[in-house]
Amino acid sequence: MNQTRAAVELLAGWVVERVPAEAAQWFRAQLEAVPRAGDDKPLYLALGWAPRRLGKADLRLSAAELEDPHRHRPVLDPVDWSVDQAARLALVLASHDGDDRRFKERLETLFRTADIGETITFYRGLPLYPGPELLLARAREGARSGMRPVFEAVAHRNPYPSERFDENAWNHLVLKALFIGTTLDPIRGLDARANAALARMLCYYAHERWAAGRPVSPELWRCVGPHADEAALADLARVLETGGGEERRAAALALSSCPRPEAKALLARHPELQGPVARGEIRWAAFAQG
Amino acid sequence: MYLDSHTHMISRTTDDYERMAAAGVVACIEPAFWLGQPRTHVGTYIDYLSMICGFERFRAGQLGLRHYCTVGLNSKEANNEELAEAVMEILPRFALKEGVVAIGEIGYDEQTELEDRYFRRQLELAKELQLPVMIHTPHRDKKRGTLRSMDVVLEHGLDPSWVVIDHNNEETVEAVLDRGFWAAFSIYPFTKMGNERMVEIVRRYGAERIFCDSACDWGISDPLAVPKTAELMRRGGIPAEQIELVTYRNPLAAYGKSGQIREEDWLDPPPVDQRLLYMGNSILRGGQEPRIETRGPGLGDDLAIR
Repeated sequence: MNQTRAAVELLAGWVVERVPAEAAQWFRAQLEAVPRAGDDKPLYLALGWAPRRLGKADLRLSAAELEDPHRHRPVLDPVDWSVDQAARLALVLASHDGDDRRFKERLETLFRTADIGETITFYRGLPLYPGPELLLARAREGARSGMRPVFEAVAHRNPYPSERFDENAWNHLVLKALFIGTTLDPIRGLDARANAALARMLCYYAHERWAAGRPVSPELWRCVGPHADEAALADLARVLETGGGEERRAAALALSSCPRPEAKALLARHPELQGPVARGEIRWAAFAQG
Repeated sequence: MYLDSHTHMISRTTDDYERMAAAGVVACIEPAFWLGQPRTHVGTYIDYLSMICGFERFRAGQLGLRHYCTVGLNSKEANNEELAEAVMEILPRFALKEGVVAIGEIGYDEQTELEDRYFRRQLELAKELQLPVMIHTPHRDKKRGTLRSMDVVLEHGLDPSWVVIDHNNEETVEAVLDRGFWAAFSIYPFTKMGNERMVEIVRRYGAERIFCDSACDWGISDPLAVPKTAELMRRGGIPAEQIELVTYRNPLAAYGKSGQIREEDWLDPPPVDQRLLYMGNSILRGGQEPRIETRGPGLGDDLAIR
């Protein structure tokens, strides 16, 4: 069984477990009809009917079920998916006929005529699609969306960006997350892909926010710490001197991830933060908002 | 609570949404129509339908209203045969999108042969997909156009209780009600209904199968037309149950036949939608009274729309 077929089975299994027998039967019939059709009409009709026939309940995968995708595809994280989302992705994947380029074209057509729920679902499916290298432009389009849930479908709990985005695309994804007021913690690969250019962009962004008298998310400093230069250290020092409680804790944690000796010295001047940081009592996940 | 069943929100501002929400409008329906000037490519039509099923629905949700739409090829653009054929080709892709409550607004403008052809083909599509229909009655030669629209609907075997005849006036209402259709009235200054006249319609015909909407768009129109009309009816002594039917229950019943608009959508949306689309906002939260101001601050002193 190839990887795409395995993904269809995995998703379909979750769905049929959670819907009445009649609905499950309908869904199985669509999964068989879609790859046999000469055009994509059965596919888009089935995608339209899926939430009506199967409902939109949360999947609420069991601990054992959550293990399955890790065996199948490391770091796939469907913890907040719903039944209709899993069903729609199974249908889309079932349409793959071995030709990745044709699959990409079909997916593009679906995106062009998608409603919000479908758009979110199709972006969530990025780590599962065959020919992922062909989908980079589409993924970047999603990361440009001003609709926060659409942006989050690409950015959050989705391994695709960290695996495929180049540095500039990645940096803009992180900056945009802050800009639209969403949280960084669910971005996969966030720490592994931190880089000096991103640290600089984030510091400039913090300066803009300070100039405007607007709050700065404590999470911003997470991607600054490991690549902090002299100017960034000055920014962190400023946060430690003038920031609120959360911001100061975040700045201390950021400093602890900086290899420069000046960072250690700076942190040592604030023993009330240095202790908790050293004991692992401050964690980035705690700063994640909304 | 009010439901404005005919609004072209893509040409309205965020202020309009906020004023509507403050005045008690909980949901609105955006029929696909022309844009003030004709489209020349099917690509722009696709993007338009995608916009009203997508970003506009999202924007409304952020500003406190649930947004629905109808999809269809309008009568004006039906006269461009090349465009019309291409739109008919892509229409089935949009008819089953979430929140699509009808095929519409369709019908006649100048009652040409092409308008007739595409009106009929869309009635067949509505029948096939079990969707209600919203019918735009023409501005000119209105009475004849309205009667003809209903004749054609019946000829195609659609159930009139699934069909809304919109933009009615004193001259058309009786025929529409007699034949068992829903009769909608657009409270729109200068060219359609005034709301003082609307009060008299309800006084005379009651509230069965009658409702009103704003049809607010890019022209001089009023997104608060439904709450203002409700308030005028209240002052005019129309019973509360009738006001509720005309401004909320009837459009909900008519378009609710699609299965795509339900009271729960704004009173108690599914968790996945709350999480993704409404940022945890529902209008009614755990035991709270609905957030409604029936005489909201935005209505102003002059309620009349003439």
